Amino acid sequence: MTGFLTGLLRLRRGPWEMLASILIALGVVMLMQPFFLWAYTWSFLVTLVGTVMFIVVSHFPE
Amino acid sequence: MPNPLEAAARATPAPLARRVRGLSDRAIAWIFVAPTILLLLAINIFPLIWTVRLSFTNYAANRPNREVEWVGLRNYSRILTDDGIWANMQTTAHFLVWTILLQVVLGFTLAWLINRKFRGNDLLTTLIVLPMMLSPAVVGNFWTFLYQPQIGLVNYAVELVTGIPASSFSMLGPGGLAKWSIIIVDTWMWTPFVMLICLAGLRSIPDYIYEAAEVDRASKWRQFWTITVPMVLPFLMLAVLFRGIENFKMFDMVVLLTGGGPGNETLLASIDLKREAFEKWRTGYSSAYAIILFVTVFGLASIYVKALNKVKER
Repeated sequence: MTGFLTGLLRLRRGPWEMLASILIALGVVMLMQPFFLWAYTWSFLVTLVGTVMFIVVSHFPE
Repeated sequence: MPNPLEAAARATPAPLARRVRGLSDRAIAWIFVAPTILLLLAINIFPLIWTVRLSFTNYAANRPNREVEWVGLRNYSRILTDDGIWANMQTTAHFLVWTILLQVVLGFTLAWLINRKFRGNDLLTTLIVLPMMLSPAVVGNFWTFLYQPQIGLVNYAVELVTGIPASSFSMLGPGGLAKWSIIIVDTWMWTPFVMLICLAGLRSIPDYIYEAAEVDRASKWRQFWTITVPMVLPFLMLAVLFRGIENFKMFDMVVLLTGGGPGNETLLASIDLKREAFEKWRTGYSSAYAIILFVTVFGLASIYVKALNKVKER
C-alpha cells in the first residue's frame, strides 16, 4: 500500500494505471448495476475520467 | 566488376539525385506512413469527432434540411436518467455476466481435460473449435430452427428428459426463457475461444515446476491451485476482457434470434442504439448513446491492452 501511494506521489505509471483501471471498472459496474439510478447517472462520467486518465498516465515514466 | 548500385547512382540525373539525397530517413518514413494515416483519419477519426459533435445537437438524419439546434448535454442527461435505457444496460449486463461466467468455467475445464495426452486429441480439439468458425448470422439462423417450438430439436430434447410437452413452451417467446436462450447460443459458439486461450496458458507452464512440486510431495489439488490457476490467470483475464468487449457490442446473433424481443426482454444496448438511430431517426440522441457505449468499450479495451502486455512480459 505504501509503495502504491509513493508511486502515485512520484507520478509513476504502474499505480496511476491501476487507479485508472479501477475507475473504468467502477464506471462499467455503475452503468450496469440494477440497484441505484444515481449510480447509473454518474457512471459515464466515472468511466470517462478513468479512460482519459488512463490515456494520460500511460505516458508517465515506469 | 562494377557495383550495380554505384552504376545506378552514376546514371541518375544530377538534379533528381540531389532531390532524393535531400530527403531524410524521417521524411521517407512519413511518405510511406502518410497514406495509412490519412485513411485512418478519414474513416475512423473524422466520423468519431463528427459523432461527438452531433451528440450535442438535435440533428435527425432523415430531416437533413431541418435547422440543427445545439442542445448541450441534454442528450447525455436524458440517456443517463432514462429508466428504459437503464433496463437495457441491465439486460446487457445479464447477458455479459452469464456468458462470461459459463464460457470461463466450461472453457477452462475443456482446456484442462484436453491438455492431457490421449488418442484423438487433435481431432477432438478441431471438433470443439468448429462453432467459433461459423458466421454469427448462420449460427443465429440455425439456432432459430433448433429453438422452434413445433419442430425444434431443443424442445424435443427437453420433452424427452423432463416430460414437459415440446409445444407447450417457446425458448425464444414469452415466458422468460429468451434471455437464457441467447446466453446458451453465445456460450456454445464462444466457449472454444476461451478454451484455446486457456490451452495456450496451460501449455506455457513448464513441466519442471510440476516435477518440483511432486518432489515436495504437493498433492494434485494443491498443484492445481498454486501452480496451474495462478499461471493461467493472466490468459484467463485476457479471455474475459476480450469476450466482455465483444459481448458488450453483441448485435447480429441476438437480432437474428430474437430481434430484441419478446417485448424488451433481450433488447441489448447495441440493438436499442440501432433502433434509436435508424428506426426512430434520433441521430443526435443516438450519437450521445453511441459515445457512452464507445467510452465504455474504449475503457475496457485500455485494461485489455494492459493485461495483454502483462501476458507478453511473462
